[in-house]
Amino acid sequence: MNRRIGIGKIILYLILIGYAAVTLVPFFWALSSSFKPLEEIVSGKISFIPKVFTLDNYRMIFIQQPLFGRWLLNSLMIGVAITALNLLFNSMAGYALARLNFPGKNLLFIIILGVLMIPAQVTMIPNFLILKGFGWLDTYQGMIIPSMISATYIFMMRQFFVSFPKELEEAAEIDGLGRFGAFFRIVLPLARPALAAQIIFVFMGSWNDFMKPLIVMSSPEMFTLPLGLNTFKGQYISYWNYIMAASMISTLPILVIYAFFNRYFIKGITFTGGK
Amino acid sequence: MNRGVSKRAFKEAAQGYLFLLPTLFVLLFFIIGPIFYAIYLAFHKVQLLGVSSSEFTGMRNFTRIMVDNRAHIAIWNTVKYVIIVVPIQTILSMVMAAVLNAGLKGQKIFRVIYFLPTLTSSAVLTLIFMWMFNQSGLINELLSAVGLPIYNWLGDPRVALNAIMGMNIWSTAPFFMVIYLAALQDIPSSLYEAAELDGANAFQKFWNITMPSLRPVTSFVVIMGLIGTFQLFDQSYIFSAGSGGPNNSTLTVVLLIYQYAFKNLGTMGYAAALAMTLAVIILLATLIQRRFSKEESLN
Repeated sequence: MNRRIGIGKIILYLILIGYAAVTLVPFFWALSSSFKPLEEIVSGKISFIPKVFTLDNYRMIFIQQPLFGRWLLNSLMIGVAITALNLLFNSMAGYALARLNFPGKNLLFIIILGVLMIPAQVTMIPNFLILKGFGWLDTYQGMIIPSMISATYIFMMRQFFVSFPKELEEAAEIDGLGRFGAFFRIVLPLARPALAAQIIFVFMGSWNDFMKPLIVMSSPEMFTLPLGLNTFKGQYISYWNYIMAASMISTLPILVIYAFFNRYFIKGITFTGGK
Repeated sequence: MNRGVSKRAFKEAAQGYLFLLPTLFVLLFFIIGPIFYAIYLAFHKVQLLGVSSSEFTGMRNFTRIMVDNRAHIAIWNTVKYVIIVVPIQTILSMVMAAVLNAGLKGQKIFRVIYFLPTLTSSAVLTLIFMWMFNQSGLINELLSAVGLPIYNWLGDPRVALNAIMGMNIWSTAPFFMVIYLAALQDIPSSLYEAAELDGANAFQKFWNITMPSLRPVTSFVVIMGLIGTFQLFDQSYIFSAGSGGPNNSTLTVVLLIYQYAFKNLGTMGYAAALAMTLAVIILLATLIQRRFSKEESLN
């Protein structure tokens, strides 16, 4: 009996380790390729540990592609702006929908729920034309303004504020804080866990997005990293050492964020998954 | 008194609208407005160059789909992709979640490892896999090492879509696994204890307790999977440098919409019609799935 459980456990561990290997090998392979000189890359011999370890690829991508730094900066700026605006506006909207009374509230809430179900392709072409009409094509605001709210997180923030104790705001009111003062100084700071989940998902969504910048941005200096990587690949098609180094650099910020907010990450996913 | 109340109510309403102002702006200009605009476009022939114009064409954009050979290829590729990828990633993520949940040591480390693909952008993942799918790349080397046939994954129309399928199952399954994992932790352990008393083995427990308890989550995972797979774009675009090649083998509906909207002239209305059609297909697929899973839970 005991022996059978032992074998069962070993099989489970083998499955876990096997799947972990399947997950990790592509990343290891990319990482190791990014530290290899081109000769070793094209030699066709498989080795996961570079025979000649070099940081040249990381240095060279900035020289070979002077815009690489600019793409990094674009992605960062757009990501930070979208995340900050989402935190603020989704919380404000969620709070209003949970706490304040005004005509049309329920209709608006239903519309926001309905918006969750519209696939991006439907609004993709009209949005292009609208941005064109605004003169916002190939600009930062063209990327940022249409993405500064998210129906998903408005919904999430509303759920959060519905179950949020009212007494705190009432106490703030007695202390002489107005609605806005109470919101920014009392309510928002207490919503930190919900905000943390938003930071990760909104920033990650913007950082990894390919289609929106592909449609909005047209001049190479306005590209974000995913777009830049794609054109970089087109130009340096056989320099896989450069392409892998560039890929690793563009993955790093997300890994850092994940390391910081790991806890909220799983929570955020299970929240979006559970409901 | 009454006046005071209504004044207060008025103030609260004003505050409510003020709080919602940014949301209303985006909703109006970038979500609801565009939906109506998309419907308009789908029934028009749009000319953007020179003096931009649009001409009402009735159903012509929709009937064109019936005779457009590339649309047929794109729809067929997409449907094939959905039918193969959704079941595999659902089953894989469920089984892996069950294994992860079996109370083994080191679960947390495994969870972090499995999660890496979810964090990484589709552009980076596609580049990594293109590097591995190279003709003399890692995958072919591994295949030949164990005596399996090798392929020109990037250039052979017969296998190019399979390469994308493999890559995407690999990258999406972990995301669903986390969702399953959360659901698994909600199953009361008393159910398993009772089954153990009845002498059930691990497989019987999985089949008779775990699977039925996970039904609502499975329904969610399948719906999210359907929505995601029907919208396949980034990977096909990067893989084929925007063409959908080799020989249209990686052409998906969304890639075709993109091509007609932004790469061809005068076909924006047709692209909008294709997008509406895709939206309806996704809606129908999710409704059918819902129907299906509801009937299942009634039995």
